Amino acid sequence: MIHGHQSWLFDQKPVILASSAVGGPFEAEGLLADDFDILHEDLWLGQDSFEKAEKKMLEQACEQSIDKAGMKKEDVHFFISGDLMNQIISSSFAARTLGIPYIGIFGACSNSMLGLALSALMVNSKAAPYILCGASSHNASVEKQFRYPTEYGSQKPPTAQWTVTGAGTALLGLEGDGPRVTTATIGRVIDMGLSDPFNMGGAMAPAAVDTLEAHFRDFNRDPDYYDLIATGDLGEVGFSIAADLLKKHCHPIPADKFTDCGLLIYRKDQGAMSGGSGCGCSATVTFGHFMKRMRKEELKRILVIATGALLSPLSFQQKESIPCIAHAVSIEMT
Amino acid sequence: MITIIYFWAFVIGGLICVVGQLMMDVVRLTPAHTTSTLVVAGTILGGLGLYEPLIKFAGAGATVPISSFGNSLVKGALMEAERTGLIGVLTGIFEVTSAGISAAIIFGFMGAILFKPKG
Repeated sequence: MIHGHQSWLFDQKPVILASSAVGGPFEAEGLLADDFDILHEDLWLGQDSFEKAEKKMLEQACEQSIDKAGMKKEDVHFFISGDLMNQIISSSFAARTLGIPYIGIFGACSNSMLGLALSALMVNSKAAPYILCGASSHNASVEKQFRYPTEYGSQKPPTAQWTVTGAGTALLGLEGDGPRVTTATIGRVIDMGLSDPFNMGGAMAPAAVDTLEAHFRDFNRDPDYYDLIATGDLGEVGFSIAADLLKKHCHPIPADKFTDCGLLIYRKDQGAMSGGSGCGCSATVTFGHFMKRMRKEELKRILVIATGALLSPLSFQQKESIPCIAHAVSIEMT
Repeated sequence: MITIIYFWAFVIGGLICVVGQLMMDVVRLTPAHTTSTLVVAGTILGGLGLYEPLIKFAGAGATVPISSFGNSLVKGALMEAERTGLIGVLTGIFEVTSAGISAAIIFGFMGAILFKPKG
């Protein structure tokens, strides 16, 4: 199954039986509103904390995927999930509600593809017939933990990004119709010494490029193989750095098939600065928007490279730089 | 003559804010560090006896920015020190500013009880 140095080729081609996306009020005003299964008008979701609201969204996204696949949660063997909260509480607490045996992961905003890659690996190796994976983030809970509470009203430079309020999940199995997970490339931790939490895209871009190059090298592919190559949440600043780096490293990707989930999700005039970010960004865009387009056969082969900044509030306060990672997963209609 | 102070209030107040904005955007200080630095600058200017002339010159342009808070801290400490000796530095430091600090705490508390943040 190992292919090249850091990639997996899934010969059984695990199927994404169902996937879903849940979002908040800001996402409802965005470009991809139609691709969400549930959109909430209230940022609190009727809960008494933003953290509980995030957990609730993840629970709903899980229920949606299980329902759409026509299954019951007892049929799902494992739940793999991650988020940005300290000790990944959104995932663990959602797993408490679901009661599905649970594997908690942390790859920051790369959780969506890390979870999908691990799920595909387990399904492919027959470790379990059905696995649910997901990731979530909430604008107010994440901003509070990593930067400032949003109600504090602190200024942000234009390089800053807008954390997506959303959760995305996918249910994988061996047999069935739907997009199939064919390969995955696990990234290295890359740290270029950047330490500005208001320019995460710039910090993460080299990690995305490293994983993309590893993917093309491991499978001896070039970008033409794919209809669409999407990075997770680099935003305008990080995305243009990544595109430039790829050009410099002689792996240019044509502009018409290269995009970023953080650039797709919001309208330009929404005030999201450099674009969307957070676990929920790549999770909702991939499991909502991309999966819908694949099922409509508008896209046949896509590669999603979810990027994550592996800092903690403490490491930032101690003036550490931001180590970054990116994981790539290819999804194909076969 | 009375209108000229409005002009200087505008200029001096604006300049102090420009310094704050530069500290955040160019020096990349956090909002908390920017605020604290301006407070410390105010205490130093106040201690050197330079802040009061600035207030006379620019009025609210000098009293509204947070640097004025630093000046008030020093003023309270010095006033009390003159009256009661060295211990007055400690007892007087919040004398002038206690209204502002108490108001921030009490109104903040009331606001938090009455309203829910929009996020």
